[in-house]
Amino acid sequence: MAHLNEAAVKKITEICDRYANEKTPLMMILSDVQNEYGYIPLEVQELISEKTGISVAEIYGVVTFYSFFSLKPKGKYVIGCCLGTACYVKGAQQVLDKFSEIIGIRAGETSEDGMFTLDALRCIGACGIAPAVTINGKVYPKLAVSDVPKIVEEYRNMEANA
Amino acid sequence: MIKNFEELNAKYNACRAKMDGKFAGEGGKRAIVLCGGTGCLSSNSQEIKEKFEALIAEKGLGDKVSVNIAGCFGFCSQGPFVKIYPEDTLYRLVKPSDVEEIMEKDIIGGEIIERLLYVDPASGEKVQTQDEINFYKKQRRISLFGCGTINPEDINEALGIGAFQGLANALKMDRADVIKNVLDSGLRGRGGGGFPTGRKWQFAYAQPDGDKYVVCNGDEGDPGAFMDRSILEGNPLAVIEGMAIAGYAIGAQNGYFYVRAEYPIAVNRLRLAIKEAEELGLLGDNILGTDFSFRVHIRLGAGAFVCGEETALLNSIEGKRGMPRPRPPFPAVKGLWDSPSIINNVETLACVPYILREGVDAFTQYGTEKSKGTKVFALGGKVNNVGLVEIPMGTTLRELIYDIGGGIPDGKEFKAIQTGGPSGGCLTKDELDAVIYFDNLVAMGSMMGSGGAIVMDEDNCMVDVAKFYMEFICDESCGKCSPCRIGTKRMLEILTKITDGKATMKDLDELEELSYTIKEGSLCGLGQTAANPVLSTLAHFKDEYIAHIVEGRCPAKVCKNLMKYEIEADKCKKCSLCARQCPVNAITGVVGKEPYVIDQDKCIKCGMCLSSCKFKAIVKK
Repeated sequence: MAHLNEAAVKKITEICDRYANEKTPLMMILSDVQNEYGYIPLEVQELISEKTGISVAEIYGVVTFYSFFSLKPKGKYVIGCCLGTACYVKGAQQVLDKFSEIIGIRAGETSEDGMFTLDALRCIGACGIAPAVTINGKVYPKLAVSDVPKIVEEYRNMEANA
Repeated sequence: MIKNFEELNAKYNACRAKMDGKFAGEGGKRAIVLCGGTGCLSSNSQEIKEKFEALIAEKGLGDKVSVNIAGCFGFCSQGPFVKIYPEDTLYRLVKPSDVEEIMEKDIIGGEIIERLLYVDPASGEKVQTQDEINFYKKQRRISLFGCGTINPEDINEALGIGAFQGLANALKMDRADVIKNVLDSGLRGRGGGGFPTGRKWQFAYAQPDGDKYVVCNGDEGDPGAFMDRSILEGNPLAVIEGMAIAGYAIGAQNGYFYVRAEYPIAVNRLRLAIKEAEELGLLGDNILGTDFSFRVHIRLGAGAFVCGEETALLNSIEGKRGMPRPRPPFPAVKGLWDSPSIINNVETLACVPYILREGVDAFTQYGTEKSKGTKVFALGGKVNNVGLVEIPMGTTLRELIYDIGGGIPDGKEFKAIQTGGPSGGCLTKDELDAVIYFDNLVAMGSMMGSGGAIVMDEDNCMVDVAKFYMEFICDESCGKCSPCRIGTKRMLEILTKITDGKATMKDLDELEELSYTIKEGSLCGLGQTAANPVLSTLAHFKDEYIAHIVEGRCPAKVCKNLMKYEIEADKCKKCSLCARQCPVNAITGVVGKEPYVIDQDKCIKCGMCLSSCKFKAIVKK
């Protein structure tokens, strides 16, 4: 537990306590931790295990099963390219490839500077505006491959000026 | 608090009068309603709403004009929408910059803004109201009842269109009679399988009293389907009410929603609706003064497609890896926390209040002999009118694609429609006149599934589409049983070989053989149906597979390793635009002097040159 600071321990304990009355609270705890910190490292899993009595092996099994949970921190901007069918038939793969080419990472990876994470998403239900891309929750509708450089540039500029 | 049936009725009458007044423009008031579905929200409908609010405040029109967001209007490709009552005028493709004009001309001046009206592509005529648009004419809204009409964040509007009247009727009946009503309605599960809903309820009803659960499956993972999301976003109380009716019928006190974490708007509106219903006493102890008590809880998915399978979903709620359980025992006997449970899909539950409120006949007037009612389809892909449509069972594919969908864009030719997502199959132009209902789609080698309907045209490669679905399944296979875990991986390898032009005819035979093995050997629905896209594309488009393998050619020119871009020298205007767009400098030539040429060794086939050329000099070969 050496790596976790006091504030984190307090916060995670508080999250575990939130669901003390639930029969099977593990998924809810993990969702909250993921939302709070963006990832669920082993140290945190050990703490959750201590608080809930669920073995670390079981928690690790659950964390690695669901794509929403991550063992590693994600980038500051998470680019999610929808690869649902409606987006795919309208060229979503080319959009994803373009992001990949410009940022220099593959889908599922985070850039070395911690700026971008590139994710290939399964249908986000925005089929009417395919192909769609989300960046930290903001949806970019009907993206063309030629829009991609501009968007990446925008975020890079925003960061440079910050 | 609404304590009994009389108070619910009084509330209904009051709310209904208010809703009627709103839509009829009582007291000279105008109501602006905006589409708040995900598609429109991401195309700035929230900003449009805020602009309206600011202008209304600025002009001091607060008591003359109201503005609110409603659920999905369904016609996503024409969004964002602004609807104005009492005239029922529908403006489409509205931009924040149009707001001022709408305020000045329409709201204040009473004049219709022609340029924002929908134009019928066939006749070229402008259409003022929603009902006159072809896209809507053949639709009937039962599951989507209230979506796009009411404000989903205001329980009074839902009550005004009859929310909880179905539950009130159910509570006056015997539990067995409620189930009989659902059985008589012929309602079948809208999530994929089409199992009769009433039968499911009967099984759980027959179990001894004790803890029982109603679970709503909102883990809509089928790529290309978004009806469950839209229902939850547009009229969450309908699903809550359906769940409560189910709870009363089987003797459950608790209901669980399992919703994808990817649907934050749906989850928030659902949370709000539950809170509002609790505050009015419509959820909680002794609902409407009866001895029926019911509580509703939300659980979020965490990105695993297999959790749409009902037993995997139960495991996920129980905080485990979302892997399916062997059946029997069926969930109706041993489900959530080992108690009898029923799992119904969002759309199915949304039909239940309608049946109990309007009566069985109102539901059975639509549909075919074995598939009653309506079905919502998410129409997408290469079709003009992309959106959410609810049609009576028995509608033909042609009506769906051409009358409602408006046909294929850019004069291209229709090739296939994929229904049932990764578990379904494709249907071709030979089946265009076939009618849509559960058993007929299965007989044709596809399935209803949750209602994704992706249209493909001549530019889509069917082998590539099959590979796309196999990639999806391979990714989402939970790994519990080996036919699915290993088999889908092997199938994907063969499909990749085919699209790379490296396969032999022996590989094709193996692909087919593997398909049957996986179908028969897998534990759950995900694996049992995993091979369907391959089998159905093989059945209809074997020539495309063979063209890839034998001729090393992709007929639709999609598979990168089997196609190339070329510049036709006689059409090239030597403008250099393509060369400047090319990310890898593969195009050379001399401006105004020598036509440009693509170096095939350098080309990465990104297609940037093709879209940049203004003279159509670049072709795929």
